[in-house]
Amino acid sequence: MTTATLRSVHPGPGRFDPRALRREFPIFANNPGLVFLDSGASAQKPRAVIDRIADYYRTDYANVHRGVYRLSARSTQLFEEAREKVQHFLNAADPREIVFVRSTTEAINLVAQSWGPAFLKPGDEVLVSVLEHHSNIVPWQLLRDRIGIRLVVAPIDATGGLDLAGFEARLSPRTRLVAMTHLANATGAVVPVATIVQMAHKRGAKVLIDGSQAAPRLPVDVQALGCDFYALTGHKAYGPTGIGVLYGRYDLLSAMPPWQGGGEMILHVTFDKSEYQDPPHRFEAGTPDISGAIGLGAAIDFIEELGRDNFLEHEEALTGYGVDRLSRIGGLKLLGAGQRRLGILSFDMDGVHPHDIAQVLDQRHVAVRAGHHCAQPLMEWFGLSGTTRASLGVYNDERDIDELAAAIEAAREMFGR
Amino acid sequence: MMDLRELYQDIILDHGRHPRNFRKIEHPTHLAHGHNPLCGDRVTVYLSLDGDRIADVAFQGRGCAISTAAASLMTEILQGKTVEEARALFAQFRARVTGAEPAALPEPLAEEAERLEPLTGVKAYPARVKCATLSWHALEAALKSDGAGATVKTEW
Repeated sequence: MTTATLRSVHPGPGRFDPRALRREFPIFANNPGLVFLDSGASAQKPRAVIDRIADYYRTDYANVHRGVYRLSARSTQLFEEAREKVQHFLNAADPREIVFVRSTTEAINLVAQSWGPAFLKPGDEVLVSVLEHHSNIVPWQLLRDRIGIRLVVAPIDATGGLDLAGFEARLSPRTRLVAMTHLANATGAVVPVATIVQMAHKRGAKVLIDGSQAAPRLPVDVQALGCDFYALTGHKAYGPTGIGVLYGRYDLLSAMPPWQGGGEMILHVTFDKSEYQDPPHRFEAGTPDISGAIGLGAAIDFIEELGRDNFLEHEEALTGYGVDRLSRIGGLKLLGAGQRRLGILSFDMDGVHPHDIAQVLDQRHVAVRAGHHCAQPLMEWFGLSGTTRASLGVYNDERDIDELAAAIEAAREMFGR
Repeated sequence: MMDLRELYQDIILDHGRHPRNFRKIEHPTHLAHGHNPLCGDRVTVYLSLDGDRIADVAFQGRGCAISTAAASLMTEILQGKTVEEARALFAQFRARVTGAEPAALPEPLAEEAERLEPLTGVKAYPARVKCATLSWHALEAALKSDGAGATVKTEW
């Protein structure tokens, strides 16, 4: 995006025109009338990201960290520059603390499979919360089955927010790791992760934060938070699919063994023994998703140019409008999100199944997600098999929420008893 | 895109709101649980066989309008049918909702099968086909089971 275009959609601090910004997202021109409210599943891509990936393949492509030739050196430089963009995006102290992976899921599995067996003993505890996505539950169950750790679950309170007292009560002398979401994908509940980190560190536990939903919505400063690991995915942050990030404190990463073997991650290989690279390359076996990393770098540029505070202000205002608008629909109940809800409106409608609602919405070109949102324990806590979820992005505005509300009313009329 | 009312015909909405045979059979000869992992929907199909004939069939569970109506219509048309007829009806129904070539049914059965016509609107909505077939898959699993109960998942 050129600075000139940007000025036209973002003329100053706190002023944000999502409708004009939509011109930067080709999907809307190609799907007239689309009301896209599923950014929590995956965000649409700005032209800047799409073009950057195509340009990279057209002009700079070669494998990284291999060739002596100039093209490979340039490709490597672009790849490592993308790492630095992520470093600044998270305010990490060092680019070597940024490991490129496929997704948030892979980032969490990396910690579970590398750090887990190296630092945990049978009976040690990993503490998660009821709010977690399956990707922050199942890797720990696999680790439990492998080495005999205990998986402990912190409760939520009646408002749907994390129960801090309940969390603190479950921190034990055996708690080695707290693995928790920053923003619950199924409800939009923002978790006070800075407090979680303080409480956990006081007891000597490390903290991994699942930032999949938070990274595109909230400014994240891993040094200020003091977390040990932070996981995020590119495609929810307006970047391409197939690229994700694990931030890990360098001293932790450098003490961790590799989790996948292959090229790129080694210093020297004989049939007797191999020596491994330092982080982050130790954890990046094989040819990485080079264009994905560069595309993610372009997405970060896009976010930073618009301003992360503006992103947050936009999502907060629209979330507030959505809560207000949807609350006025009879029989509709928004799932509680505690003290602070951001970017996600998940609801149950008395007597109408989420898939039926989503079907009527789709007829009106309103795209939402229906189902359990890969958070079945949380659905069970609410006593539901699933919900309908609208999630916001930078291109949404109040008109989208109005369309959503009108479509929900139509569904209610069709299925109401 | 077709009119949504072709998917949600009145008969579907009616059976979705007021499912028939929505109950438990206390001592079924066969039963199976159907599970759609995509949406978390679950259905339990109870069967009471008298020899080769379906003396009673009922279901319980939680699902969307399509899956509830499909289960309801299924239990209605299967009362008193033989196991072989039930299987033939499922094979024909599955072919119709997936857009395959349905096999011809003998005349009295063909007429019964017509009652499932309102469900064939799912053809145009691939994501919803398994909503219409979940209870039938459970029925098939129940018939295959030894009476102790089976669980079947709809394939992706």
